Amino acid sequence: MDYEPRGPMKTLGVSPYPVYAAVWALGSTALTIIGGYYLLTGQGSRFDIGWLLGSISPYMWACMGIGLAISLSVVGAAWGIFTTGSSILGGGVKAPRIKTKNLISIIFCEAVAIYGIIMAIVITNNVGSFNNDTDSLEALKNSYAAGYKMFAAGLTVGICNIACGICVGIVGSGAALADAQSSSLFVKILIIEIFGSAIGLFGVIVAILQIAGSKIGSD
Amino acid sequence: MMQYQDMFFNIDHGYLEGLVRGFKSGILKKGDYLNLVQCETLEDLKLHLQSTDYGNFLANEPSPLSVSTIDDKLKEKLVIEFNHLRNHCLEPLATFLDYVTYSYMIDNIILLITGTLRQRPISELIPKCHPLGSFEQMEAIHIASTPAELYNAVLVDTPLAPYFMDCISEQDLDEMNIEIIRNTLYKAYLEDFYQFCASLGGSTMESMCEALAFEADRRAFIITINSFGTELSKEDRAKLYPRCGKLYPDGLSLLGKADDYDQVRGVAESYGQYKALFDGAGNNAGDKTLEDKFFEHEVKLMKNSFMMQFQFGVFYAYVKLKEQENRNIVWIAECVAQRHRAKIDSYIEIF
Repeated sequence: MDYEPRGPMKTLGVSPYPVYAAVWALGSTALTIIGGYYLLTGQGSRFDIGWLLGSISPYMWACMGIGLAISLSVVGAAWGIFTTGSSILGGGVKAPRIKTKNLISIIFCEAVAIYGIIMAIVITNNVGSFNNDTDSLEALKNSYAAGYKMFAAGLTVGICNIACGICVGIVGSGAALADAQSSSLFVKILIIEIFGSAIGLFGVIVAILQIAGSKIGSD
Repeated sequence: MMQYQDMFFNIDHGYLEGLVRGFKSGILKKGDYLNLVQCETLEDLKLHLQSTDYGNFLANEPSPLSVSTIDDKLKEKLVIEFNHLRNHCLEPLATFLDYVTYSYMIDNIILLITGTLRQRPISELIPKCHPLGSFEQMEAIHIASTPAELYNAVLVDTPLAPYFMDCISEQDLDEMNIEIIRNTLYKAYLEDFYQFCASLGGSTMESMCEALAFEADRRAFIITINSFGTELSKEDRAKLYPRCGKLYPDGLSLLGKADDYDQVRGVAESYGQYKALFDGAGNNAGDKTLEDKFFEHEVKLMKNSFMMQFQFGVFYAYVKLKEQENRNIVWIAECVAQRHRAKIDSYIEIF
């Protein structure tokens, strides 16, 4: 279909995409040249992923895991709270009775951040000290493995909680608006919200299983 | 443009969506109408309206109430609420709400030109304009005697200017001309609004394109039916059809060839939802008119758009439902005032 009047739909300024495209092209050309050079001169072993992972300290992995667990969870919680909160504010103008009841939705979102804190504390408790020079090979292996596991556990709980926070937030915002229209709907939607909240708990459970028994350092 | 809008919508528009849904819960229900039609006088009506969301909006009016005062006050309430939304919104909702007002601007322009043509003073016409569509240059409209002058003197600075491109001519303004201008403006407006909503994507597109497609088709049907027996040629008529509805392109080309009401009805036969509307309509006493059927269908569509969250359709739907409620109350008030109760029940229930 052709629509003639297109007046009010304009884009202002210069598009930034040529810049992105140039940076991307330069970067990938450089990578290809270096990669090709190493490959053809028999130095392909320099692209050694195992070396990269192994040379990063287990402390680094563990702390990244802790950081991701708490920060991604907080992002999820914050996302849920603003989604729900703005709807409660809007719905509460004409139906002020919803404001206390719907704090439950906010608390559900807050719980997501608490999962993150719990996980961060659990991981932190398992970070002891190890010594590359004096520990036995077995103990070193355990410490390195624990580092990877803690990173993975942090990532698991973080991403699960982002998803959970967004889910609870969107359902909570629907709950607030539905409650404003008819208060009999509140409990029904709250059940859906509890199911949404459970997916964050799955992340916590799996993350706890992931780091079960692993510990950095030998006591 | 708005991918994953469920996640991001509330950042900018969550508060206003909640608010507009709150406003919507104040729309009169079945029970309220049953009370209103029982009224014997306008004072009774005022009393019943006080117990609804309208509150004491008529409290300061002097005692012999007239229907037009009620109408003005109803509009005033809608305008206050709408302006509150408009003042607090962010893009792209701001543009969306502006689009909603354009249709009232078109109506106002047409009302003013028609009035001037009949030698009415502009000061008498301005209060009759819908306040949602008022704009600064409105008072200057009476100086125009041809569409080109109208464009150059008045419309060039309004947002309607791009829609006016198709109707600039040096012909004098007469009744026929004005109708053509109105419909050409509406056509361009609907197509542009449709395009804008489609560019927003997501559930805004789903609910708004449905509503605007119906609006476009309704206009096409009404234009065709009203053109019978006038000097409007078929080619000119076909140019007035908005091309964003479900009738485009086949239905519109058939409508363009229609010669009487039965042929229009024949076109509607091939479209499930319009067939039902034409089947239910009749001109006998007790039957609903086609216009009422269209209004009923519009109300149904508007109610449906409240079923989706995180989209702009609710703002449009709210304005349209309020407008319908306004028509209902004015209808009931007219019937009460003229003591003509036979047809008082032909208002269109909303909830």
